[in-house]
Amino acid sequence: MANQARDAAIVGIHEYPLRVAPGRSAMQIKAESISKALEDSGLKLTDVDAIYDTNEGEGGGGLGMAHYLNLKPTVIDTTQVGGSSYEFQTAHALRDIRAGKANVAILSYGSVAASNRTPIGTGGGTGMGAPNWQGNMEDPFGQTLIANYAMVAHRHMHQYGTRAEDLAEISVSTRLHATRNPEAVRAMQDLQFMATGEITVQDVLDSRVIADPLHLLECCMVSDGGGALVIASAAAARGAKKKPVWIIGTGEATKYRENGGDITVSAGAQSAPIAFGEAQVRPEELDLAMIYDSFTITVATILEDLGFCKKGDYKDFAKNNRFRFDSALKPALNTDGGGLSSNHPGMRGLFLLLESVRQLRGESTSQVANAQLAIAHGNGGFLGGNHTGGSIILARD
Amino acid sequence: MPNRPQPRFPEPNSQPFWEGAKRGELLYQQCNSCSGVVFYPRLICTHCGGLDLAWKQSQGEGTVYTYSVVRQNRNPAFSDLGAYAVAYIDLDEGFRMMSNVVGVADPTKDIAIGQRVRVEFEKQDSGDYPVPVFRPI
Ligand SMILES: [Zn+2]
Repeated sequence: MANQARDAAIVGIHEYPLRVAPGRSAMQIKAESISKALEDSGLKLTDVDAIYDTNEGEGGGGLGMAHYLNLKPTVIDTTQVGGSSYEFQTAHALRDIRAGKANVAILSYGSVAASNRTPIGTGGGTGMGAPNWQGNMEDPFGQTLIANYAMVAHRHMHQYGTRAEDLAEISVSTRLHATRNPEAVRAMQDLQFMATGEITVQDVLDSRVIADPLHLLECCMVSDGGGALVIASAAAARGAKKKPVWIIGTGEATKYRENGGDITVSAGAQSAPIAFGEAQVRPEELDLAMIYDSFTITVATILEDLGFCKKGDYKDFAKNNRFRFDSALKPALNTDGGGLSSNHPGMRGLFLLLESVRQLRGESTSQVANAQLAIAHGNGGFLGGNHTGGSIILARD
Repeated sequence: MPNRPQPRFPEPNSQPFWEGAKRGELLYQQCNSCSGVVFYPRLICTHCGGLDLAWKQSQGEGTVYTYSVVRQNRNPAFSDLGAYAVAYIDLDEGFRMMSNVVGVADPTKDIAIGQRVRVEFEKQDSGDYPVPVFRPI
């Protein structure tokens, strides 16, 4: 650990507490979150000199966000690669701070997907909008987003003998964590979940199939929500209210539907070694894994790709309640309740970083004792098609 | 007859593929420089970076690489189909395409990874382009 560079840290966070926020706009959720994340950090809006923005607000990308805040940043980065955008942007913030181009950076997210009734999972190619090379080869076949992930699950089952009950372990542990997080409990109530308590593997298997082999309780919710992060240089972090959470390794990668490719391997297999190499830690040392749980299969595949176990060995790795916050086995998984049971406004990558920071500060509602190291891994796009993987390794001060 | 979303034009990468579908031909691209197979259709060879791609006709036979049976799709074009199977098909010429597996009594039971399938061109209620789907051999 001695050789790790500690050049930039997350010093302020905020998660927008509501999952149903009628009357709010995405831009307002972003701005409120930025204000509260800055308050959490002890830094001021006028300290911010770098904006990272996915343009999910109301247009203009980084220019639109900067204008709304009336900031004149020296760095604007508008990387938009789906749900892992915030991992990519965090990597870029570290790089820009290291290069001396930025000192205090903000990342923000806001979405009113639930209030707008956006069909994220059961939507698919619509055959509307401007023609494009990929849509013309996919839209006629009615592939929903869930079906794309389900195709990965089927192949994973075929290749490695993974069973539905193995995947369900992720839903069970994640729901346990959600029941301990008051914001997640309220989310499930506000979004009219049929039940909001703990669930069993059998409950998951008994829930209806949405796209074979994935069941309802293996699918993330569709919510409103958002949040923000403040990332500061080592110098600026010294002026923060709370202990910094250091960004010690980052990796970015892409993957596609390829002729002859292995659909059970995600972009994480490429991004993780880069991040672990930079951080100089090994997967088994990590206390926490915050992994984009759009669906159970996303997590199972990515755990393997990050090196927590060998490809295909997820079914054994998942045993013995490993993923629970109070398990003796590492890593604890998605301790905020995840996309499955806390929030999923469309691009969940930001929340992976927020919960990692809460854990490494000792502030989680499902706190892992003496947590030192965490990975946040976002997956953007379609796991069984074109997608991105962004890995961020974080360390306690 | 089905009423699927049609490919939309102008879209110069995929237009020859769909013109082929009108003639009952399943087309893919192969590089004249390096012989690499390219799919989905595009301008550039993803193996060598060259621009000399030729259109070839597939025999239309392949295997199911993976699939899912969609039980719920909010798109009205698919609500009439009931449960239907979306799949990646590995064609014998070495390209993988997205399609549907049709012609089975119960898609939740009668489709398997590794199953041999053959293309057929499904006429649409509206629109000029028949859609290539696959039926077990
Ligand atoms: Zn070539």
